[in-house]
Amino acid sequence: MNAAYLYSLVTVVVLGLIAYAGVEAAGLDVLFGVIIPYLAFIIFLVGFANKIIDWSKSAVPFKIPTTMGQQKSLAWIKQNKIDSPYTTGQVVIRMLLEILLFRSLFKNTRTGFGAGRRISYKWVIWLWLFALLFHYSFLVVVIRHLRFFTEPVPFFVSFLERIDGMLQILLPNIFLSGFALLAGALLLLVRRVFLPKLAYISRPADYFPLFLIIGIAVTGLMMRYLSKVDVIRIKELTMGLATLQPSIPEGGISGLFYVHLFFVSILVAYIPFSKIMHMGGIFLSPTRNLANNSRAKRHENPWNYPVKTHTYEEYEEDFRDKMKEAGIPVEKE
Amino acid sequence: MNDKNKIITGLVIFFLVVLFPFWFNLIFGTPGASTAPEAELTEKAKEAENCVEETQYMRAEHMQLLDQWRDTVVRDGKRLYMAEDGGKYDPSLSNTCMDCHSNKVEFCDRCHNYASVAPYCWDCHTYPEETE
Repeated sequence: MNAAYLYSLVTVVVLGLIAYAGVEAAGLDVLFGVIIPYLAFIIFLVGFANKIIDWSKSAVPFKIPTTMGQQKSLAWIKQNKIDSPYTTGQVVIRMLLEILLFRSLFKNTRTGFGAGRRISYKWVIWLWLFALLFHYSFLVVVIRHLRFFTEPVPFFVSFLERIDGMLQILLPNIFLSGFALLAGALLLLVRRVFLPKLAYISRPADYFPLFLIIGIAVTGLMMRYLSKVDVIRIKELTMGLATLQPSIPEGGISGLFYVHLFFVSILVAYIPFSKIMHMGGIFLSPTRNLANNSRAKRHENPWNYPVKTHTYEEYEEDFRDKMKEAGIPVEKE
Repeated sequence: MNDKNKIITGLVIFFLVVLFPFWFNLIFGTPGASTAPEAELTEKAKEAENCVEETQYMRAEHMQLLDQWRDTVVRDGKRLYMAEDGGKYDPSLSNTCMDCHSNKVEFCDRCHNYASVAPYCWDCHTYPEETE
């Protein structure tokens, strides 16, 4: 099983070296600074749309919400409105809680043997904690990066920077989210490496994005706190990208920046083909986004072919005369 | 399924969010934003040629130097800075830095604003009148 994460780690390291050597030794600034980022972004947009549209075409033959509470029933039985939603509004609340707070991770239990060899279910919230830390710090980091892609910088970006750097430790001011992101990604990785059952089911497709994100976080932190790249030149490059007038700023930028940018490009281009598509997929999961109301509302199976029927009314229409002749009672005279 | 419209709507919203930098710059952006503003030097700064350290070092590390200065002065009470080249300076933002770089708006703010950096120097320090 070690091969799964070693391959991923080696791949990420090699990719980093390619970008570094490509810029520092071969002078491919335009390739790594303009062409690859644009290409990656286009692949992301097209691939993402393609995937979602493909998913939107797939049939939902049955109503299969997973429920964790009492469904709507008789008036005196209390319904669990979030865990067994009946209306669209309740589904929306359930989805929001799932997407914003990762509720299904929160309910994670671990099965094991308790005292006296009796089976026990233990509430385990570590994954939920790590996932929250990871996703939200990543979100903050992404929003903060808008300072490189907008001019003037919108108020919410500066506001977020103020909150993120409120501890005012060191200069340049420490942004908590960057370190939280690295910590979150490392925790998610350590979990996969050291928990035997998880290591067993983890594939390179699980490790690669994690290593890539760790690589992005590490190079990002290095640029800000250690090796000090020229931010002004970088913003010239990124603003060129965002205003569709790309150019490589004079004086050049450190190779470390191009490693960071190359990692991000690969991650962005990789999203539509990877498990990271859960960002779109979570909205389309039938076990979450369907209401548990199949008793009240018929769920049409799109696979059903039109069935040829012959109702009693039609039967009677066809044979009324003969039935009367034979003395069989008919409904319509 | 009749959910197709909802899914496409969601996809369009997602793309609008992802493409934020592009349309934001198109509508609200300042033109020519892909060329950074230049920090302007005062006559006195031009004459001096070098800051307390090499220009390249100052460009990258000035914030750390200022942080160090603050700690040595405020916490250790040491009011002497020995530069790499042996020069002796009073570690003071208002008296040493701002003596040459008296034009905060043209020197400090231009790049800081461009990179969206909001230094908290001025939470405590006062600066000479900002002139238009």
